[in-house]
Amino acid sequence: MKRRRIVLIVDPIACDGHGVCAELLPESIWMDPWGFPVIETADIPPHLIDHARRAAESCPRLALTLVERNT
Amino acid sequence: MSPVTRRPRGREVRTSHRHFATGPVGVPRLLAGLDPAITSVGLDQHLERWGRLPALGSASILDELDRSGLRGHGGAWFPVGTKWRSVKSSVTKRPVVVANGAEGEPASGKDRLLLDGLPHLVLDGATVAAIALGASRVIVHVPAARIPKIRRAIDERRRFGLDSVDMEIVEAPDRFWAGQESAAVNTINNRNLGRPSFTDIRTVREWGVGGRPTLVQNVESLAHVALIARFGSDWFRQVGTPESPGTALLTVTGLWPEPRIVEAPLGLPLQQVLGLSPGGAGFSQGLLLGGYGGGWVPMADAMVMPLTEEAAREHGSSIGPGVVALLPSQVCSLSEVSRVVTYLESQAAGQCGPCINGLAGLAHSMETLAFHPSSLRGGTSRILAHCDLIEGRGACRHPDGVTRFVRSALRVFSDHVASHLHRGPCRSQVGPFLPIPTVRRIVQGRQIR
Repeated sequence: MKRRRIVLIVDPIACDGHGVCAELLPESIWMDPWGFPVIETADIPPHLIDHARRAAESCPRLALTLVERNT
Repeated sequence: MSPVTRRPRGREVRTSHRHFATGPVGVPRLLAGLDPAITSVGLDQHLERWGRLPALGSASILDELDRSGLRGHGGAWFPVGTKWRSVKSSVTKRPVVVANGAEGEPASGKDRLLLDGLPHLVLDGATVAAIALGASRVIVHVPAARIPKIRRAIDERRRFGLDSVDMEIVEAPDRFWAGQESAAVNTINNRNLGRPSFTDIRTVREWGVGGRPTLVQNVESLAHVALIARFGSDWFRQVGTPESPGTALLTVTGLWPEPRIVEAPLGLPLQQVLGLSPGGAGFSQGLLLGGYGGGWVPMADAMVMPLTEEAAREHGSSIGPGVVALLPSQVCSLSEVSRVVTYLESQAAGQCGPCINGLAGLAHSMETLAFHPSSLRGGTSRILAHCDLIEGRGACRHPDGVTRFVRSALRVFSDHVASHLHRGPCRSQVGPFLPIPTVRRIVQGRQIR
């Protein structure tokens, strides 16, 4: 059966490591030793979707995207 | 989704038993047309040997490709039929076909052999792709050194009126990733030459050359297509295994004085592919499969491993573009690995933070392990943790390819790693063995070697 998932994707070329996303969504994103975000859990649980959307909208490089995937 | 996404043009009979010409028996197939005495097969000889392409419609080409089980020989081994069907055609945007012979992998020479020696087989395949997809443009993407011969071949075909779509040539830059599909599209679009884009959200199959749906297909895959179009999928499947049908061109280094291109049936154990006797592989300490984006396999495993992408992946490697390198026993494996990782770091596109920073650290660690092992802090476990941090975080597969290369080296050469850590670096330096192109770096506006 197909499952709808909300997934957070970072465009690593656009990303400059501002770190806003990790501040706004520490539940799924942490910063690596070089200051770039690591998306720990790309699959966003329902209660965090609003926070994830805010993180994506706040990225100064628009490098973070919230997309719907069917698996 | 229906199995056929494109409406065939005109009337066409779709049967699985259409009549194909009788193909040659056994192996070699592609290289059967290449006489060692002849450096390049001209159009007359090509047509004499293989005949003209039969008139095929889009749907029958796609069906025949699906049935053939042909997979991409550029390195990803993606099913060719599936890929062609995913190139979405529309009324306003006809697709573009890119015959990709960039061959950035330094240890590979098969695309060069095909482009120089059998250009018409490759160009036949490109024309079949153009017909199948209803493409408006065909672009041959090759390094500068390949251009004169391919231009001559295209001129010959033009005079003969052989192709329905005219062919253009675009020079591929000398970069490791120039042949990656989004990098090839960027080069052709004349922006960000030879550097990949982030394609997780939108692939070049939807948005490629000039914003059109684009098929980027390796030249060896296209040469196989040229034969499938003539002789059919049943003929194609006569060689190889049911899961991995057909043959592959391999560039073999370390077995003969000079690297050699061989055509081997897929599924055959590597020992037979290389013509070695049982236990006759002692001259080598490890086999590099798939090139610098592939991985090392212990000799004992490699000899019994069938030549299939699945078997290669089970061993933490890949057939990739068909590179097979046998590392001689007397060479220091870790200094070879260090040289390659330093080269790979220089070939990073420099676009993604985790890749720029991660590969710099990895190249430094591997150099330390090879030449100053006593100052390596944290040992190999730290190198592996470093790999964990890089993987899956680039826009392209470059960082993942480098970590696969490093991980497999640490595994296969673990005894030698222990020797470096306990007894210090190797004294006698035999080599270098693996080919590394001269890298030009720009430092403060000056070009240095």
